[in-house]
Formats: sequence, C-alpha cells, structure tokens
Amino acid sequence: MPEAVLREPAAPLKPPTLLSRLMVNRDWLGFWFMLPAAAFLVLFLAYPLALGIAYSFTDAKIGQDIGSANFIGIENYQWLIGEFDCKWEWAAFWSRLFGGDFGALGALCKIVGDDQFHLAVFNTLFYTIVASVLKFAIGLYLAVLLNNHLPFRAVIRAIVLVPFIVPTVLSAIAFWWIFDPQFSIVSWSAKQMGLATENINFLGEPWNARWSAIFANVWRGVPFIAITLLAGLQTVPPSLYEASTIDGASRWQMFRYITYPLLTPIIAVVMTFSVLFTFTDFQLIKVLTNGGPAGSTELMATLSFNRAILGGQRIGEGAAISTAMIPFLLACILISWFGLQRRKWQQGEAND
Amino acid sequence: MASVDIRDVKKAFGSHAVIHGVSVGIDDGEFVVLVGPSGCGKSTLLRMIAGLENITAGEIRIGDRVVNQLPPKARDVAMVFQNYALYPHMTVAANMGFSMQLRGTPKAEIEKRVARAAEILGLAPLLERFPRQLSGGQRQRVAMGRAIVRDPQVFLFDEPLSNLDAKLRVAMRTEIKALHQRLKTTTVYVTHDQIEAMTMADKIVVMHDGIVEQIGEPLDLYDRPANLFVAGFIGSPAMNFMKGRLESGRFVADGGAAVPVANGAAAKSGRATLGFRPEHIAVADDGIETRVVVVEPTGSETQVVVESGGQEIVCVFRERIAAQPGETLRIRPNPQLVHLFDETSGQRLN
Repeated sequence: MPEAVLREPAAPLKPPTLLSRLMVNRDWLGFWFMLPAAAFLVLFLAYPLALGIAYSFTDAKIGQDIGSANFIGIENYQWLIGEFDCKWEWAAFWSRLFGGDFGALGALCKIVGDDQFHLAVFNTLFYTIVASVLKFAIGLYLAVLLNNHLPFRAVIRAIVLVPFIVPTVLSAIAFWWIFDPQFSIVSWSAKQMGLATENINFLGEPWNARWSAIFANVWRGVPFIAITLLAGLQTVPPSLYEASTIDGASRWQMFRYITYPLLTPIIAVVMTFSVLFTFTDFQLIKVLTNGGPAGSTELMATLSFNRAILGGQRIGEGAAISTAMIPFLLACILISWFGLQRRKWQQGEAND
Repeated sequence: MASVDIRDVKKAFGSHAVIHGVSVGIDDGEFVVLVGPSGCGKSTLLRMIAGLENITAGEIRIGDRVVNQLPPKARDVAMVFQNYALYPHMTVAANMGFSMQLRGTPKAEIEKRVARAAEILGLAPLLERFPRQLSGGQRQRVAMGRAIVRDPQVFLFDEPLSNLDAKLRVAMRTEIKALHQRLKTTTVYVTHDQIEAMTMADKIVVMHDGIVEQIGEPLDLYDRPANLFVAGFIGSPAMNFMKGRLESGRFVADGGAAVPVANGAAAKSGRATLGFRPEHIAVADDGIETRVVVVEPTGSETQVVVESGGQEIVCVFRERIAAQPGETLRIRPNPQLVHLFDETSGQRLN
C-alpha cells in the first residue's frame, strides 16, 4: 500500500547548523560580497584621504612618518588662512584685483596670512569657473553641430576626440611651444598678418598666463563634454522634433524647449565631472607654467605639491592645502546632487 | 477646415522611388483612410501632406493653396504620431498648449482652449500629469488633444492605434470616429489594419507598392474590389481565389471543381481567376466536394478550412457546422457574389 509507506513516521529533521543558516542569510552573504570592493575603497581612497587629513594637523617634513610628527592642531590652517580683519572697499578691491596687484590685497584687507595660498584659491576658482563655462558652451555647441547630418560624420567625431586622447603632459608641452615667448606660432602668425608688431608674452604676464592656461584646459576638456552631450542628444526621439516642427517651433525654439530640457540630466552629470577635474587640475599647470609667473597661475593642487614635496618639503602644510580643497569640492558635489535628482517628469514608464 | 488635393505626387529617396504618382481628392470634412501593407508608401504620403518630407514631383493643395514649398507650420495641419511623440518634460496641459505658446497666444486663451479640448477628451483630471505617468490610452488621447486644441485645417493620423492593446484599440477607434463626427475636421488617417479602415473611413485609399490600387467607400471596396490586390487585402478572413477557365456560365477550376457563376460573369469565357469571400459560401448537396481540414467555432459563426484539388478554401458559416476534420463537405459559393479577375493583369472582369 503506497499510503502506508507515506505515513511511516519520518526521521525528525535535524536543526540547521549555525554555518548552514549563515550561508543562506542574505545580509551575511551581502557583507562578504561587498568586502572586496570595500577593501579596495578603503585601501586606495579612504586611507590616503584620512592620512592626508591627519598630516595636515602635523608639522611633518618630507620622509617623516605620521607617528613621529608633532601634532600641532589647526596651526597649519591658521597660517594659511590668516586672520581676516577686512575693511572691504570694493572699489579698491576690484581695481587692485584687475590691476593684477594681488600681493597688495593682503595690505588692503589686513590679512595676516599666506598670500600665496590666497592667490592660489583665487586662481583655482577663476580657472575652474571660466574654463567650465567655456567648456560647457563650446561642448554643447559642438554636440548640437555633430548631431546634424554631416558628411563624414564618424570621422569628424573621431577627430573631435583627439584632444581628449592625447596625454595631458604631451598636449601641455605642445601648448608650451605654442605659447613660447620667442618661437610661438601664434605670435608669428599675428605678426605675419600684421595684427601684432612684436611677440606676445603669453606665459610671462599674469593675465596672459591665466588665459593661456584656461585656453589649453578648454581645448583639452571640450571633447569629453561634446561627446557625452552628443550621446545624450541621440537619445532624444526624432519624432519629438517632427512634432515640434508641426507645432511651429523654429530651430532655436526646438533647442530651447525640447533639446535643452531633455538634456539637463546629462548636463548635470557631465558638468559635475568637468568642474571636479578642472578644480583639481595639476598636470597642465605643472608643465605649462609651473604656477608662474610669480604664482599667478598657481592652483591649489600645484601649490600643495610645491609646498609638500619640492620647495618647503613641509608635508603637513601641503596636506593642509590639499585638505582645504575638500570643502569646495563638497559644495560642488552637493549642488550637482540636487541637480541630479530625478525630475518629476523622469519618473514612471518610458514613452514607448 | 479644408479639402486636400493630391495630384500625381511622386516621392523618391535618392534614386529609389517609393511613390509613383498618386492622385487623391479629399473633400472638406471627409475622413479618409490610407491603407496598405508595410512599405506601400502610405506613411510617406501622409508625411508629405504634413511637410515632413519633400515632394519630389506633383502637387499637394490644402484648401486652395499649393503647399509644396510651405513649411509644416504654415500648412495649418496637426499630426498624431504612432508613438504619440509627447514632450516627456511637459505636463499634459503644456503638451497641448505648446503650439499656441510658440505662437505667442495669451496665457488665458491657451488655458481656455486646453480646458475645452481636455473636456472633449476626458483629460481634465490629468492636465498636471507628465506623459510617463499616463497609460497608453491616456497618452493617445493627449496626442489627439494636442492636435485638436489648434483647430487645424486637417488632422493627420499616422497609425495612432498600433501601440495599444486589442481591446483599447477598438474603444479608441470608436472615440476617434465620434470625435470626427463632432468636429467635422478633414482627416487623413494611415493604418495597415483593414478593419480600422473599414470601420472608420468615409473613403478608403488602398495603396500598394507606391501606387493607388483603388479609392472608394468601404462597402464598395468590399463588394466590388477593382483588382486582385484589393480583393485579397479587404475583408477578413481573406477572399478565396481559384485559377481556372470560364465555360458556358460555369467556372472550372484547374483542380477540377466546377462553380456556377452569374452577375455578368456568365457571358465571359477563357482563363480567369475566381474570387469568393468565405462568408459567401453555403453548404449544398450539388456543390464542390471538399475535405474538411480544420473547424474553428467562434460561437457567433463557424470558420471551416476545407481542401479541394490541393487548394485550401476558407469558409465562414453563420450556422453551426458539426463537421469533423477528414470528413467530406460539399460547398457552393453564391453565384451572384463571385468576383472574376483577369489572370495576368489582375483587373476585375465582371
């Protein structure tokens, strides 16, 4: 009788061991799967960052390990930032700023602090803001242009990527030559065309050097933005343009009301990256001007390196300058975080 | 509102001609359906009326204006796209009001007209939603709303129902038809679905390979198809065809079956193709002897596929047939309702 067989009392199930229960526990397994990635992040990101912050509170010299360095609290920062005892006079401030008289800013503002550092903060902000705005404008224009039906479109797109592919140091050296005081091709061309009578001193004058560095940075950064935005443009369904054509939109109105709003999510991503990379730029300045002339193109990243490794060999001070970049970067990330939040219209199912 | 006149219009993409001279006259307020299989050029023709494609040769008039060289916005047409083409970042109200916003219509006027269109289409509670938050049918309605707020001369529909499920499609079909009866705007509607064409159109234009096969009212096309293509395309299940010859009032198929014919076909003789619709077949003791292949009862009718002389014939009977596969069934097409076509040209003979 099959029923009789079925009804025979089964052996009581053994209670599962702790190990076998853990092996099917989602949280426990999840922890183990996360471990390799977490180890990488801790080892190569969190640890150096924490070490850098720790050094910034010491008077460590190069070669000195953190254990043997003296803890000096926030003294590095106090020296860098100085004491603000400002009697702002905007007119005087601007006239000096655009007169290129940065050393005198301290006198105006009565800051007892590190003028080089203050100048580097100003340079970094100026460099980042101007270069990012230019890169965005040119990149977007180029993307819209490349999205049209052009002959040899694939080839042109590949060419656009070239500045991005070339190693930064290599392109910086190329620009170094382009901006050379004696052999500059730009100066030569300008003279040949009668636009200038003598060589332009691109890298020898503070403002010339700033704009030259920004030009090189824009040249290098545009392809990344253009190609990313182009990818975004190609996700806009062509039927939207057809519908807006029939609705009576001009080409500008199509861009203003269709393309641009649909592109905002990707613009937020690409501009965040672009601003972060520009703010932390090191290679280009190091090769092109090395911060000169007289610190007028010194960025926070290059100043940090110069203080910590080259000139002063004061690791603690360099670390403090690097750490001082963090609030700026965090602010930038926060802005984009709000910009990146899914907009209401992005929620729900796709159109087709 | 306006009439649309399409005269000898041709379209070529490079050296590849897709429309070889099409002429269609559309009266003011008429609902015309362009129907045909994929690649027949019906969508291209619609896009030429809209101004999204250049006209290679010929002339299109809307009202009494030749629109060949006019940009889409000057043609005063509105189009509903297959994928609706709603602007995903705009609310329903903004989608519907966009064309007026571009024209600089005052805000109050836009709101008034959007509200009226929303009222007509039952969209009033959805005006502040975004397209992604709507169902397929609702999106379809918004696309129509975008067209009707403009009160254009001509509505153009490009396969608007093909992204909907079967049940919704039938409901929207009725709704579009009712909307047209209410607004009386000249409408050109493109579909590949002949049922949609039959149920909605005042006039059907059957297209095939870039030419017009026949233009006529739905029942005319059904009753008197002008050629083999239209005969096979209109009607579901499709018409049965047999090749053979006419002999003294009878049609003798190559397979041997003999069918009596009347209605002007009796006087003809020689080789021809005979066509008869599945629903015009009766069971008769003196009919063609056939073998039953498949019986498909749908409740309201019975569809029977039979085989005679190596050829399958589809029959639809109103009554319930108790035939089993393999059995013999004698059938006879109604002699008054048969269609005869020239074997080579495919043109109608009777």
